[in-house]
Amino acid sequence: MLRQFGPAEALFIVAAVQWTLALSGIAFLGGGIGGLAVALARVSPQAGLRRLATGFIQLFQGTPLLMQLFLVFFGANAFGLGLNPWLAAAIALTLNASAFLGEIWRGAIQSVPTGQWEAGTALGLHYGRLMRLVVLPQAARVAVAPTVGFLVQLIKGTSLAAIIGFTELTRAGQIINNATFRPFLVFGLVATLYFALCWPLSLLAGRIERRMAAGRAR
Amino acid sequence: MSIQLRFGPVLDAWRELAAGIWLTLQLSAGAMVLGLLLAIGCAWLKLYGPRPARFAVNVYVEVVRNTPFLVQIFFIFFGLPAAGLRLSPDAAALLALVVNVGAYATEIIRAGIESVSHGQVEAGLALGLRRLQVFRLVVLKPALRAVYPALTSQFILLMLTSSVVSAISANDLTSVANNVQSRTFTSFEVYIVVTLIYLALSLAFSALFAAIDRRVFAYPVAR
Repeated sequence: MLRQFGPAEALFIVAAVQWTLALSGIAFLGGGIGGLAVALARVSPQAGLRRLATGFIQLFQGTPLLMQLFLVFFGANAFGLGLNPWLAAAIALTLNASAFLGEIWRGAIQSVPTGQWEAGTALGLHYGRLMRLVVLPQAARVAVAPTVGFLVQLIKGTSLAAIIGFTELTRAGQIINNATFRPFLVFGLVATLYFALCWPLSLLAGRIERRMAAGRAR
Repeated sequence: MSIQLRFGPVLDAWRELAAGIWLTLQLSAGAMVLGLLLAIGCAWLKLYGPRPARFAVNVYVEVVRNTPFLVQIFFIFFGLPAAGLRLSPDAAALLALVVNVGAYATEIIRAGIESVSHGQVEAGLALGLRRLQVFRLVVLKPALRAVYPALTSQFILLMLTSSVVSAISANDLTSVANNVQSRTFTSFEVYIVVTLIYLALSLAFSALFAAIDRRVFAYPVAR
C-alpha cells in the first residue's frame, strides 16, 4: 500500500535535518577537543606520544568511516554495552573527526615559523604557555579554512549513521521512500537539504583560503 | 561481563573475503579509470568550453561535492529505475562511484591544467597544432604529473568510500563482511578483520604510488 507524498512526508524529512545537525555538532565539538589533543601529541617532544598519535590518525584516515561506525556499534554490543545507534554514531564520528582535525591542526601548528618557537623559549615561556600564547593563536589563522572544509566532510559523513539505523536526514529519506516510492522527489529533496547545509560552508572555506593566500602573497 | 571473541569462523571465510578484496579492487579501479576520463572531459569543458557547458560542469561538481555519497547512490539506484532505467546493484554502484570521483577529479585536473604555463600552450599553437591537439599532446601529461599525488590520494579515498555500496547490496568487501557476519553471528570480529584489510590496502597503495612516483616522475622539472 503506497502512501502519497504530501506535506507531512516533506515535513518529516525537513525535520530530520535537526538530527543531522545535532550529530554533526556533537562530533565537531568532541572532535575539536580530541583533535587538539591529537595535534599536540603529534608535535610533542616525546617520541612515544608522537607515534601513538600518528598511528591513531593513520587508522582513521586509512579505513572506511562505515567500518568505524560498525566497529563502535557492534563492538559495544560484543562488550555487552548495548549502545543505541545515536550514541554509537556520535562516538564513531567524534573519533573520526579527532583524527582528521588532529592532522589538519598538526599542519597548522607546524606552519608557524620556528623563529616564533625559539623567540618564545628565549623569553622563558614553558611549553604550555609557549603553545597557548605564541604558537596556537598563529596556527589558528591557518587552520580556519581547512577546518570549515572538514565540517562539510563531517556533515556528509553523518549520513552513514542511517546504515546503522539512526534516523537522521538520509534515513528519514529512506523511510519516506519506502512508504511512497517517489525516489526522485525524496532523494532530490534530501540532497537539496544537504546541499543547503554544505554549500555555504564550502564557499566560506574557499573565500577564507583565498583571503589567506592573498595575505601571504603581499 | 565476559567477552569472547571468536575469530575462527571469520578466518574460515577467507576465500569469501579474498574474493571480496578482488571485487573492491575491481570496482575502485574501474570507477577511477572511468571517473578520470569523465573528469578530463569536464575539466576541458570548464576551462575552454562554451559558457552553458562551463556552468553545467560547475553545477555538477558543486552538487556532488556538497551532498553525501550515500544519498547519491540511493538517488541513482532507486531513482533511475523509476525513470525507466533498470540497473543492477553492481552497475548502480559503479555509476555512482564514477559520478562521485569524476567531480572531485575534475577540480584536481583543472588545477593541474592551469599549472601548465601559458607559454607551452602558445608554443603548441605556434607550431600549428589545433586546440584539442595542444590539450592532448602538450598540456595533459605535465598537468597529470603535477596532480599525480592528489589523484592517487583520491583513489585511496575512493576505495574507502566504495564500502558504502554495501548499502544497496552491491558486491564488494563490505557486502561480503555483512554476509559472513549474518551467517556466523560474529559481527565485531568480522568487521575488525575487514577494517584491517582496508587499512592494509590503503597503506599498500600509498607505498605503491610513492614508488611509482619516484620511478616515473624522477627526472627534474623546470618550474
